[in-house]
Amino acid sequence: MQDGLKPLGREKIALWILLAPSMIGLLFGTIGSIIATTGISMFQWDLISPAHWVGLQNFVDLVTDAGFGEALVNTLVFSAMYVPGVIVISLLVALLLNTKVRGIGIFRTLFFLPSITSAVAVSLIFSWLYARNNGLLNYMIGSMGGAPVNWLGSDMIMYSVVIANIWGAVGEGMVIFLAGLQAIPKDYYEAATVDGAGGLAKFFNITLPLITPAIFFQTILSTINAFQAFEYIYMLTRRGGGDSTIPTIVFSVYREGFKWFNMGGASAQAMVLAVIITVLMLVYFQLEKKYVVYE
Amino acid sequence: MKKNQPKWLGTLLTYALMLLGAAIFAGPFLWMLSTSLKFPADQYTRTFIADPATLENYANLLRRLPELPIQMWNSFYLAALTTIGQVITCSMAAFAFAAVNFKGRNFLFTLLLITFVIPPQVTLIPNFIIFNWLGWVGTQLPLWVPAFWGGAFGTFLIRQYFLTIPRELAEAARMDGASLIRIFWDIYLPLAKPALAALALFTFLGSWNDLLHPLIYMPSDMQKTTITVGLSLFQTQYGGQWTIMMAGTVVSVLPIIILFFFTQKQFIQGIALSGVKR
Repeated sequence: MQDGLKPLGREKIALWILLAPSMIGLLFGTIGSIIATTGISMFQWDLISPAHWVGLQNFVDLVTDAGFGEALVNTLVFSAMYVPGVIVISLLVALLLNTKVRGIGIFRTLFFLPSITSAVAVSLIFSWLYARNNGLLNYMIGSMGGAPVNWLGSDMIMYSVVIANIWGAVGEGMVIFLAGLQAIPKDYYEAATVDGAGGLAKFFNITLPLITPAIFFQTILSTINAFQAFEYIYMLTRRGGGDSTIPTIVFSVYREGFKWFNMGGASAQAMVLAVIITVLMLVYFQLEKKYVVYE
Repeated sequence: MKKNQPKWLGTLLTYALMLLGAAIFAGPFLWMLSTSLKFPADQYTRTFIADPATLENYANLLRRLPELPIQMWNSFYLAALTTIGQVITCSMAAFAFAAVNFKGRNFLFTLLLITFVIPPQVTLIPNFIIFNWLGWVGTQLPLWVPAFWGGAFGTFLIRQYFLTIPRELAEAARMDGASLIRIFWDIYLPLAKPALAALALFTFLGSWNDLLHPLIYMPSDMQKTTITVGLSLFQTQYGGQWTIMMAGTVVSVLPIIILFFFTQKQFIQGIALSGVKR
């Protein structure tokens, strides 16, 4: 850690002016919010009538709340498909695009386009591709002789949402992996070639270990994204009354807090989500010590 | 020994796979565009080129959704304000953490890093309650004011970049009697342009694409809300009218795609910056 410049005399004031916005954010935006959420989770409160202390009752209620249980299971199922899906596909795409052929820049741009597009727009495009009777996907399946798939029906909806979401996220993963791949010194591969190593051996002995930092980073990002899944769920699985056919935890927080105005219950759910993500991160950082190779 | 395949075969295979990938990742955009250019009666023709082509859907869109331009404008200036707030406040804190020696620096920075992994949903309800108490719910204030109180991601990104600036530069300026603020403004900020550009792009994009916050703070005011909320209502309003729905989608993604084409270098550098320099 560098020592840095020492503030002289009245520069102390300048220093704290530099830090002030962030400190306000830290105090009110984040740390204050955590304390507040913890507090609110122990009240019954609809923002209109006075708040009413219920202790841990909101948490006890979550155990028997079928809606929350469903949201928890949906989030886990979603994450279990989404996280490995994004990592594997982004890595494959990055490996494909990590060459120096003509026009590679255009291809990288095209592959990246979905990543800059809003979840709302991606969802609208996919709802058109997924349309049961006249959608492009069912047309393609039909022209190959297959039966039309009810993409947004209850059997397929989870897969369809995961596919749309992965499609929207691969570009960003690709860039992270490309940066990792390009940081590997070329002479490692040359030395391996001299020793007679084949393509697969090079991949498993050089590439894979050396991009573990990128894999680790991408795993953290996509896990956080998966546990916060909301937009695709809202757009593709909404049904009447502001509900969803496959609610996730964040959807459930939204529903509880901003549709039903049960602030205590929503806070309790947000707390559970925070605890799950924290535990996962702790597990990840343990795994990092064991498996991630830093040069 | 591994047998050497002819080189052109590998190149051919690479191109074939890249074309397949491009079809998967860019094809849906073309499909969106071509659908939006078809006459409503032709929406189920599966041709990739709209023939005959028309701009009727775009005209209809404006007629039926007169709020669309104002929602685009709302999205734009909220994203711009958010970007300005983040770039200014994050770089200020980043400079203090990267270049200034003060008591409590490590403690505060660690605290900031911890907030990095806290899901924003935890702050959703208390923030809503505070903004509700301030009477801000139903206004645009909750969508940009918080951008002016910094953030862990931006501060971390800029700090990492600031750390790569040689210390001698700051020390030499110090010898000449430059103040902290001067060193920040004249040395650190100009040298950190790539990182600032990356943060600006991420922030702009995040705000432009945000759905949850406008949905919570302005669910029904069509004049004040953003294009994402406006678009999210499309499915209920225009279910099955795909030509007009895709026209709306084109309009919403076009500004971002144009922005991206002009800034893709900074963009891709920025992601690499945030991912690899740890």
